[in-house]
Amino acid sequence: MMVGGDMRTQNHPLGVVPGPLREIERLVPTDEAPPLAANAQLVWIGKPVPRINGRAKVTGAARFTVDVKLPGMLYGRLLRSPHPHARLVALDLAAAQRHPGVRAVLAINETVGRAVEAEEPSATERGKRRVLYVGDVVASVAADTPQAAEAALRLIRAEYEALPFVVDIENARQKDAPVVFERPVHGEGYAGAIAASSPPPQQGNVRGPNRAGSRGNADEGLERSDVIVEAEFRTQVQTHCCLETHAVVADWRADGLTVYMSTQYTAGVRTELARAFGLPLARVRVVVDVMGGGFGSKSGAGNYVRAAVALSRQAGAPVRIVLDREEEQLDSGNRPATVQKIRIGAKRDGTLSAIALDEYGTAGVGLGAGVGFIAQGLYTCENFAIAQSDVFINAGPGCAMRAPGNVPGAFALEQAIDELAEKLGVDPLALRERIDPSPVRREERRLGAARIGWSRRHAPGADSGAIKRGVGMAQSVWSANVHTLASCEVRILRDGSVEILSGVQDIGTGIGTVLAQVVAEELGLRPEDIVVRIGDTDFPPGPPSYGSMTTASLSPPARNASHRALRELLEAVAPELGASPQDLVARDGRISSANGGRSMSFREAAQHIRSERISAVASRSEDYGGFANRFGDMGSARAMLGGVQFAEVAVDVETGIVRVERVVAAQDCGRPMNPKQIESQVQGGILMGVSYALYEKRVIDRHTGHVLNADLEQYKLVRARETPAIELILLENYQGTSATDAYGIAEPSNIATAPAIANAVYNAIGVRVRELPMTPTAIFAALGRIPPQWARA
Amino acid sequence: MTSSISRREFLKGTSAILTGATMFETRLPTADGAPQENGKDAVRYAEAGPREVVLEVNGVPHAVTVEPQMTVAEILRGPLGLTGTKIGCDRGACGACTVWVDGAPVLSCTMLAVDLGERKLITIEGLARGGALHPVQSAFIAHDAIQCGFCTPGLVMSCAALLESNRNPTAEDVKAAISGHLCRCGTYPHVIDATLDAAKTSRG
Repeated sequence: MMVGGDMRTQNHPLGVVPGPLREIERLVPTDEAPPLAANAQLVWIGKPVPRINGRAKVTGAARFTVDVKLPGMLYGRLLRSPHPHARLVALDLAAAQRHPGVRAVLAINETVGRAVEAEEPSATERGKRRVLYVGDVVASVAADTPQAAEAALRLIRAEYEALPFVVDIENARQKDAPVVFERPVHGEGYAGAIAASSPPPQQGNVRGPNRAGSRGNADEGLERSDVIVEAEFRTQVQTHCCLETHAVVADWRADGLTVYMSTQYTAGVRTELARAFGLPLARVRVVVDVMGGGFGSKSGAGNYVRAAVALSRQAGAPVRIVLDREEEQLDSGNRPATVQKIRIGAKRDGTLSAIALDEYGTAGVGLGAGVGFIAQGLYTCENFAIAQSDVFINAGPGCAMRAPGNVPGAFALEQAIDELAEKLGVDPLALRERIDPSPVRREERRLGAARIGWSRRHAPGADSGAIKRGVGMAQSVWSANVHTLASCEVRILRDGSVEILSGVQDIGTGIGTVLAQVVAEELGLRPEDIVVRIGDTDFPPGPPSYGSMTTASLSPPARNASHRALRELLEAVAPELGASPQDLVARDGRISSANGGRSMSFREAAQHIRSERISAVASRSEDYGGFANRFGDMGSARAMLGGVQFAEVAVDVETGIVRVERVVAAQDCGRPMNPKQIESQVQGGILMGVSYALYEKRVIDRHTGHVLNADLEQYKLVRARETPAIELILLENYQGTSATDAYGIAEPSNIATAPAIANAVYNAIGVRVRELPMTPTAIFAALGRIPPQWARA
Repeated sequence: MTSSISRREFLKGTSAILTGATMFETRLPTADGAPQENGKDAVRYAEAGPREVVLEVNGVPHAVTVEPQMTVAEILRGPLGLTGTKIGCDRGACGACTVWVDGAPVLSCTMLAVDLGERKLITIEGLARGGALHPVQSAFIAHDAIQCGFCTPGLVMSCAALLESNRNPTAEDVKAAISGHLCRCGTYPHVIDATLDAAKTSRG
């Protein structure tokens, strides 16, 4: 919030619908929009307004990055390492350069997106790059046709000296294991791991433990416990599998660089590229009309983007690089695998006395495999000990993926809490009533339990016969993030047309539609009257579409900018209407006096604008009442986001096949802006969770270091036939924190699904499955039909 | 990545395997068999080199030069500029490239353009008649059966094809019809709702 600016107070609705609402007084900047009523009293906000680009998407007219075709555009390809670990001893580009149609061939000497060795390599090592995984980029080519580019790739002579490698997390931890990084590394992790204040120790392939976030004394707490649960859980590597693979068209010209890119953060990519290529920000433009999914993997300007820009600069023509599906699976990020040993101690009455989490995980050659955030914050417990380590292996780097850290973290924590409830002899819901401080989740448990029919739940493994049914539940927590650089411009033109402009990208969650709703609500127009122009850094910088913060960050400035533009319009027409601007309201396409009297259409009113147009720009300020945390350009709200999910499964103990038949999700996201789009996102989060729980797993051959299922045939994803019935109970949670009071939903909806299914599987068969994915082999192993090691690839 | 097996070898292999077999709900073309059965001309794989063919797409004939290894999806998206058809995996695993060949949904990334002969193609761009959306398209918008939208054209083509052959489908029928499609955003529940609703609307 602006310090020193003019402030005033206003009252906002507070509380959770369907309960009664109260009011809370907030100090807000003077030019802030007035408080917004609860959704029931609004025209467009909170309503299932159809997606504004729906027609373009169902007719094939929507232009994705892969559809961009510029005059003279070249086709770029990347040469990738066929070795899991090798020294590149020679790279001869000459034959490729001579091939007809080839316009540029470049070696790639530096890569981004992974851990970096802090010290400079010695002079003898310099120029002899090591490749660290199958798929690591080595060189790039651009040619007139895809065929010529492909041919040129085959003409590049790369000589490697193969080095010992390790692709298995257990082997990588052994003392005599081949070492991925010989020197201490640095690099950015991401949400999920709790950031350490100083670099943790690094020995061999293990970097850690990082104990940041610990509190109290967990050892003492465990000693004082009446009951202790101790268990080890394992989760697999999951890949993002965006249907549109990573794609870019880079157009380097004398007057600047334009990059068309399937990205989750136009403004961030612009900054990265300006730095990487020594350009002023004003000379870099990033554009994305429509993008085909990201899920965390399209946040930055990755190696393929830098290659396309460098090739374009070299060739003097636009260069397109679109990863194929194999490249996508090998080298576009992934959710790290984890091994989590968790100990939870409790008093007889259920009060938690300690949580201790020892975790190691692997993000390949990247950092950020931590999972501690959810165990740290979900339940009341004064003693918390955390030790997290990154283990390096010769595999493509991990990156953020939909609720990073919390998804694997919840799989362990929420099963352990259920185990604790069983040891204490209480219902899992009753235990959570005792240890969960969130009033919102309490409501979610109540509503969800009633909907799923929790009271019908039987004892574990109680069904006779081959098909055993079970019901389980699990909870989630996610930080309500906000990006304070999020901004937009609202314009009212003299013919009454209205535009909203922001650099924000729509990754499929529908932010453009939400912006149209917000502007329409404020100006008394219809969403279809609002022209939404987004996905271009020529517009005011938008927030990233990660961290579930797009709507939370951008809907308040959209409303404030609309409010300010409208105020200017009202001032212009007030004399005509014989009223003071304060008495005028915009509703149903008309401007009229609140006290009756004359009115005119919005369009007529716009003709009184004394310039070409009215324009108002607004940025996201801090939450009313302040953030709980602030880090750089981001903050997080005082109240966290929650969500409770219930799953009903059927396990066939003869085939080992688990079917999820039904999921009930009770979720909150502050003020829901568009319940239909929210339902879509929640279904997506749950289905990604079902897929994670039962099907997905990247498999690497230990002997060759190659990924065996770098495709969409053998890397299994949930499809329509495995889709359960999904029911959403969406809470309205008013907190009076911004001009819209809206927060995100994409990530929270993905956290509780896998543990809810796992708890349901336990309820069905009476045996815990502590490893993902819960394939038939894993079920057989849990049932003792086959040795456990058979279930581990 | 540079693939160790060429597309042509891959297709040769699969077409042999698939002759007379139903593999997916979204059918792969029986590239060798079908043209002989209906007597239309088909270009044999053995005849290498680019050739001029006339493809009927959305009711309009297009003369294009195609290389023998080029797929229908490549021709649509490249020379014909019909980019509504998407390539998600380029090997028949995701369904994003689904178009109609003589009214049947086909994976255009695993069908060679030279094998089309006189068969008629309908793509996502040709589904709407004039300005009027197909009932499945309208229902997709109404039910928000769309998120990022990349898989959407393929899903629309399969769901619309289902309604051509089954005016009264069940939810299980819709699931079967789209079981060859991948949607990472998870739109399946709304796609099923939308298709059932479109069937109802179409029946009047």
